[in-house]
Amino acid sequence: MRYEAPRTLESAVALMAGEKGSAQILAGGTDLLVRMKSGFAEPDLVVDIKRIDGMHAITAEKGGWRIGAAVPGAALGEHAGVKADWPGVVEALELIGSTQVQGRATMAGNMCNASPAADSVPAMVAADAVARVVGPNGTRDVAVGDIATGPGKTSLTNGEIVESIFLPARPKHSGDAYLRFIPRTEMDIAVVGVGVSLTLDASGTCTAARVSLGAVAPTVLLDQKAAATLIGTKVDDAALAKLAAACSAACKPIDDKRGTIEFRTKVAGVLVRRAATIALQRAKG
Amino acid sequence: MTQIHVSTTINGDAGEFLCEPDETLLDVLRDRLGLTGAKEGCGTGDCGACSVTVDGRLICSCLMLGAEADGREVTTIEGMANGETLHPLQRKFLEHAALQCGICTPGILVAAKALLEKNPNPTETEARYWLAGNLCRCTGYDKIIRAVMDAAHEMRGA
Amino acid sequence: MALDDKHEADGRVFKVVGTRPVRPDGIDKVTGRARFGADMSMPGMLVGWVLRSPHAHAQIRSIDTSKAEALPGVKAVVTRKDFTAESDDVLDNCMAGAKALYDGHAVAAVAAVSAKVAKQALKLIAVDYEVLPHVTDVDEAMKLDAPVLHKDKTDETVPAGMSKNVIQRFEYGHGDVEAGFAEADEIVSRSFKTAATHQGYIEPHACVASMGPDGQADLWVCTQGHYMVRNVCAPMLGMDIGKLRVTASEIGGGFGGKTTVFLEPVALMLSRKSGRPVKMVMTREDVLRATGPTASTSIDVKIGMKKDGTITAGWAEMRYQGGAYPGSPVQFGAMAAFAPYNLKHVKTIGWDVVTNRPKQAAYRAPGAPMGAYVVESVIDELCGNLGLDRLSVRLKNASTEGAKASYGPRFGKIGLTATLEAAKAHPHYSAPLGPSQGRGISCGFWFNFGGDTSVSLSVNNDGTISLSEGNPDIGGSRASMTMMAAEELGIPYDSVRTIIADTSALGQNEVTDGSRVTFAVGLATIKAARDAITKMCSRAAKVWGIDEDAVIWEDGHAKPAGPNAGKFPPMSLAEIAAQASNTGGPIAGHHEVNAEGAGVSFATHMCDAEVDPETGAVKILRYTVFQDAGKAVHPAYVEGQFQGGAVQGIGWALNEEYIYGKDGRLQNPGFLDYRVPVASDLPMIDTVIIEVPNPGHPYGVRGVGETSIVPPLAAVANAVSAAAGVRLTELPMSPPRVLKAIDTARA
Repeated sequence: MRYEAPRTLESAVALMAGEKGSAQILAGGTDLLVRMKSGFAEPDLVVDIKRIDGMHAITAEKGGWRIGAAVPGAALGEHAGVKADWPGVVEALELIGSTQVQGRATMAGNMCNASPAADSVPAMVAADAVARVVGPNGTRDVAVGDIATGPGKTSLTNGEIVESIFLPARPKHSGDAYLRFIPRTEMDIAVVGVGVSLTLDASGTCTAARVSLGAVAPTVLLDQKAAATLIGTKVDDAALAKLAAACSAACKPIDDKRGTIEFRTKVAGVLVRRAATIALQRAKG
Repeated sequence: MTQIHVSTTINGDAGEFLCEPDETLLDVLRDRLGLTGAKEGCGTGDCGACSVTVDGRLICSCLMLGAEADGREVTTIEGMANGETLHPLQRKFLEHAALQCGICTPGILVAAKALLEKNPNPTETEARYWLAGNLCRCTGYDKIIRAVMDAAHEMRGA
Repeated sequence: MALDDKHEADGRVFKVVGTRPVRPDGIDKVTGRARFGADMSMPGMLVGWVLRSPHAHAQIRSIDTSKAEALPGVKAVVTRKDFTAESDDVLDNCMAGAKALYDGHAVAAVAAVSAKVAKQALKLIAVDYEVLPHVTDVDEAMKLDAPVLHKDKTDETVPAGMSKNVIQRFEYGHGDVEAGFAEADEIVSRSFKTAATHQGYIEPHACVASMGPDGQADLWVCTQGHYMVRNVCAPMLGMDIGKLRVTASEIGGGFGGKTTVFLEPVALMLSRKSGRPVKMVMTREDVLRATGPTASTSIDVKIGMKKDGTITAGWAEMRYQGGAYPGSPVQFGAMAAFAPYNLKHVKTIGWDVVTNRPKQAAYRAPGAPMGAYVVESVIDELCGNLGLDRLSVRLKNASTEGAKASYGPRFGKIGLTATLEAAKAHPHYSAPLGPSQGRGISCGFWFNFGGDTSVSLSVNNDGTISLSEGNPDIGGSRASMTMMAAEELGIPYDSVRTIIADTSALGQNEVTDGSRVTFAVGLATIKAARDAITKMCSRAAKVWGIDEDAVIWEDGHAKPAGPNAGKFPPMSLAEIAAQASNTGGPIAGHHEVNAEGAGVSFATHMCDAEVDPETGAVKILRYTVFQDAGKAVHPAYVEGQFQGGAVQGIGWALNEEYIYGKDGRLQNPGFLDYRVPVASDLPMIDTVIIEVPNPGHPYGVRGVGETSIVPPLAAVANAVSAAAGVRLTELPMSPPRVLKAIDTARA
């Protein structure tokens, strides 16, 4: 294995594109090093992107926020601006692993690891976040929900690197939230994860909503049917019950060591109700 | 395979080492630098026994490559006491009997120090969540939390 | 000299015992200097790695190591054929013979110049497996059509016609349970299951072996018993026991899981073959796949009760699988299940069963927590059905001095009633509960062991003491030994330094298990101090020119015994030590004993839990431990044992479990999915130390380490069942199980 820590994005792309064997990006490393330890990943080249200028930056852009691919959870959690605008996204990232993992783990890495149970991804999908991807053929912007194509698989092509993630301007009277279910209070992988982002009009009626589900399908689901149950409502108990039923209906989970189909399906409904309630409170400010 | 030359600062001392590209910082500390205070309980970031700080951030040294330490400042449990003078956390851990076997203790002390630097007045719940990535199988955490809270109290008063 | 055992604990005023000094190994452990198993290095050291079976059950047709041996940097390869000693289960578990019996079973090992080379070499070893059908569930393994692990290990206690996986049958009890059930107003019968849980020590197994061509060897190892390691490994290597010196490292947790050997004989063999020191350290995955855990169980239980709360009869049939070899802790389970209760009619039957899982290792009160779980769950249910107070019923039936234990003997002086009374008087018992919250109570019992113990105590020239004992210190026992020596000698705590000596320094010492150390090593320490005192009194007598019987020992001084002995000023320990060379030479005390009289120990636990009825999530709100310590030598470490045991039990009750796939492979061999409790899962664990002195120990000490894990399974289960409104009968009570139980009960 070779280790490279290029100073520019261009050289990182060139390294990745030029590698004949397997190449891996190293951002926080909290997934990659675990896979290397267990022998699941045996890369020939590891490209550390943390020495590239701008990768650690959190920048205001068009009323939203651009977050560098190497920004760890701990740094994002210390950023008052992002936290005020997208508390659900920040909390989702902060839920990943321990304080120690937070010192390293990044949103971009969480997304590119392409686990269906990734905590920050449903929150980003609900927030309509966009990843900026740089590759040998230039730069493209991709919806976060379109990066993962299956467990451990992404739509990134050879040599492509995620440079940043853009969280759009938060509309007025809107709020977001992410909740997950884990057996303990910390340190577990999500059994179910739910992201909700909603916008109200001046009278408190929901005018827009995005609902996403993690760990209940091969990739994170954007559940527009469920979101539709909220539109035009005051997000009251009746709407929440419909939302819960819609989410449970959208789940296509598996039985595994972390949970059963039955459990995931039911709890997705419970959590979405609770997450929507938090998002509603935030939207009401 | 070619080894990588790394220049770094460990516990305030500038130093250099060679390491394999895929060698973790924990392996470097333990096997190359003789700093065996950081322990490998899992090697996958689940137990926190290898906790160190890098440029002031608390991390698991098993989840970082040694090569990444170039130009960084690493602090380990070995850098916590000042000569014969223990850090208040170390003293409080002894006074409260906050360790039984002691294997998790270095990692918990490093993590607790990082907590108190960021938040000198944590609630019990904040301390418990901050330390959730440091497994202790002996104590049930009770005396650890008491020691951390007592050290925080003393440090605020000093 | 007033040095007999009789005055002893009752009424004695202690000066050091009962205080909370800083432990002697404390500074090393808070500064990172303490050396654990993996912290040792030797010049020229190689690293050893183990190849493990990916199959749950397979015939090993052949192993070709030639390519691995040819790899540059590989210095030795070991398989079972290198061990010429007579086969036994422990050796077969360390290195598979004809069959691989579980996922993770060691089949070969290499020693190489680096981990990288060693791991490459493992990939070059070709094992030809014939995969066989497997079984991992205890009830499945007992079926007649189950795959059979061993053809010839079943003993004569097992009736004909059962599966060969059933190894042994145990039966305990007295009276006539059917007659007892006939007297009952209410009977509850239930079946329970508990998952296998691992000891979960944070330090993986590690050792460094160095054997020379002269056949002498040194072994550095993290273990609960280095004498055991020596005695077990030497014959496996065909060595004389005296040629193997074993030094115990600091030990990063054991809980019973380090009372046997795994890597040690392999490391010694690799060192012998390579002629170099070899270090072996398990990965966490190795630890979970191939060491420990305890048994998983399936238990039927039936208890009858009168309307006034009198238990009329108790019966249980207990099936424990202990992995791939005989020796599940079902015997202890069958003995201990009903021990807290004074029953006229009681019977337990235990079945030891083998499955394709790692050989179980002792886990803190082995076998007892599962027995207490089922009995205390059913008692709780009976109390609920009859509308009785749960503590009063336990007090009414509690075993007291003279009661005939369900496992045979009559109890001596015991403290169960004291723990129950303390629980009843405690504010926790009357604290209000909110919605979806429940309170659970459980009692628990453990035997406590004694065993072979050897201690040596040297009086140094300056009046300080060097105390050598042979039991690895897992939880602060060096502090307790130091305190007992200081107490007995009448000198300050700081004047004594206690070390764990290597196997060449002392006589045989049983492993650190059975909660024996503070009792047995403490007893030997006190006796060794008394031996030194006798010698010091004799030296003083010599200086004073009086009869040695005319000298007594008080407050660290030799004194003439009364006016007739002469008017000499008291001579301090330091003064006697300074003159030792002129009065007969060095002074040392020692004591060797097979310690008997370990007092049994009881506890009562109280747990408040809250259940989220929509997700099945359980939160432990409050927890209090009431346990009899006999005499708490260092109360902080006694509390620590109470708290640690309670929390391990909480983990067992809620989230810890071995999960096997259909392929018989362990699916959660890591701390990510083997879910031990983390700090944010828990409240403070309150403790109440009860002291009912054990007559078998000079200061009244009872072991405290194990009893604390016996009640929590049921205390938590009873709390969760109350909060959920439905009886939970399977551990762990993970959220999917709790939610399913709630939903099923509602449907």
